[in-house]
Amino acid sequence: MSALTLRLLGNGMLSTALNGIFASTKATIAFVVCLILVFAAIFAPWLAPQNPYDLMQIDFFDARLPPLSKSMSGMTYWLGTDTQGRDMLSAMLYGLRTSLGVGLLAGFLALAVGSALGLLAAYARGRLDALIMRIVDLMLGFPTILIALLILAILGQGTWKVILALVLVQWAYFARAARGAALVEVNKDYVEAARCLGLGWGRILFSHLLPNCLPPLMVIGTIQIANAIATEATLSFLGIGLPITEPSLGLLISNGYQVLLAGLYWISVFPGLLLLTLVFSINIVGDRLREVFNPRLAA
Amino acid sequence: MTAFVIRRLLQALAVLFVTSVIVFAGVYAIGDPLEILLPADATMAEREQVTRSLGLDKPLIVQYGLFLWNALHGDLGTSFVYNQPSISIILQRLPATLELAFSALFLSIIIGIPLGLWSGLRRGTTVDETIMTGSILGFSLPNFWQGMMLIMIFSVYLGWLPSTGRGQTGTIFGVETSFATWDGIRHLILPAVNLSLAKIALVIRLTRAGVQETMPLDFIKFARARGLSSRRIVLVHVLKNILIPIITVIGVEFGSLIAFAVVTETIFSWPGVGKLIIDSIRVLDRPIVVAYILVVVTMFITINLIVDILYSILDPRIRSKAQ
Repeated sequence: MSALTLRLLGNGMLSTALNGIFASTKATIAFVVCLILVFAAIFAPWLAPQNPYDLMQIDFFDARLPPLSKSMSGMTYWLGTDTQGRDMLSAMLYGLRTSLGVGLLAGFLALAVGSALGLLAAYARGRLDALIMRIVDLMLGFPTILIALLILAILGQGTWKVILALVLVQWAYFARAARGAALVEVNKDYVEAARCLGLGWGRILFSHLLPNCLPPLMVIGTIQIANAIATEATLSFLGIGLPITEPSLGLLISNGYQVLLAGLYWISVFPGLLLLTLVFSINIVGDRLREVFNPRLAA
Repeated sequence: MTAFVIRRLLQALAVLFVTSVIVFAGVYAIGDPLEILLPADATMAEREQVTRSLGLDKPLIVQYGLFLWNALHGDLGTSFVYNQPSISIILQRLPATLELAFSALFLSIIIGIPLGLWSGLRRGTTVDETIMTGSILGFSLPNFWQGMMLIMIFSVYLGWLPSTGRGQTGTIFGVETSFATWDGIRHLILPAVNLSLAKIALVIRLTRAGVQETMPLDFIKFARARGLSSRRIVLVHVLKNILIPIITVIGVEFGSLIAFAVVTETIFSWPGVGKLIIDSIRVLDRPIVVAYILVVVTMFITINLIVDILYSILDPRIRSKAQ
């Protein structure tokens, strides 16, 4: 791993990415927002005013309070409470943790599976390539939500099932990008040299080809993490995603939907704004990375 | 040309075949078909009957053949909830979804293309920057939340538009549609806007990219040299050239509109197939799920096929490349 990291730094990819982000004010703001949200998600248990899933800390008499209300014990509910009397801010921080965790995990697993298959296709060529790319074309031909619906309709609900569905939906994007990048690289001299040295295909694939194919994968990865978070939220909102025991932002919004017409706007508006901020800032960073790594677009 | 069409047709059939295998494997082979296909309170006699009618004692390949045979004859099982053939329930609900998807498609074209042209022609200016950031916002907005906000603003606070349902439908040329009555149109506006927002963003990006690719080309310079007005160059020469890729993508995206209608229909209680499938997944009404997936996939493949053929007619280069 450290050798890989060193090579990345040697390639200057990370510094290119960061310099590219910091060259644009918009992308810098979005990047900082992302960092803050990741920080908030990691430290949610310490940042949240209460543990929203510890029944001892929830007072049912505080249910449905608008933002800035005070609790019986003098605590301020900055963003109000939900129908169970939970502090919305706390519930949102915990929801962010779940949403971000599921999105990142699904994104990275899809990256691993997809780029491995994409590199393999480009390196092996021939029948294997044709087979993998046929499957990729088939997957990309259908909208993500339809495939996710199909998978969850078969498998049923559950956190790992949602992650599996997201990976199955997204790996094809990585496979296509990895293959595209690797097809250019595979004919270069260093690959030939590695082959002449008698290195195994696994080593050539992962320690020679992969590092040189990383830029497009990083761009796709950023955008797909945003997509994974949004898709998970959608599935949870529809009631076929994460179970109620692990409330993500999508589920919080879904709870708010029940009481929206009654005028309790804060239960759905605030978690939605948080979800939007998260997805929007990741997408802005991804868009910037695409400009940085694809000079053809920036020209 | 005929060879091209035949080859695409065979490909389409292959995809449909693969999908039917996946659906079969998912619903009939992985899970216990008895548990899936029978209501929880089924009697032993009913179990016996289903086991025999599905041929569960036969090898898997024979079972699949039977499934395919029934499917080709329009028999995809009977819904537990509605107690009707699942395929006819899907077909009953489909027009409402198609109407919604067409409206959204229409909105995304009439809003997306002008904004994309404007952005592409004013590259690097504040206008361009604003439209492009707006388009990122457009596909970052979680579809379901955006729909709720539309309801909150336009139905709850302003009270301009109804929040749920399809409203009154009338008949135009023998087709039942919301376009026939004012009430129907009022009910259609919010769901259509909700469904179209992400597609508007997509059309903006496509149009802008097309403008950027086309503007430096020689025929545009030549048109300028001939003294044509900028307006004519953009609206006739540029637009004509970028329309081909846009139409292709829009055609394919129409299928994804039908899939995404699941979310829109759930929020706005729109009585189409999308709401039906979510309700059916929740109550484990599997025959409906199977019918939905097969019908939607078939539509999808048909649309892609038509788009491909149209594309090859519009742009002969595709045909020669494929040969």
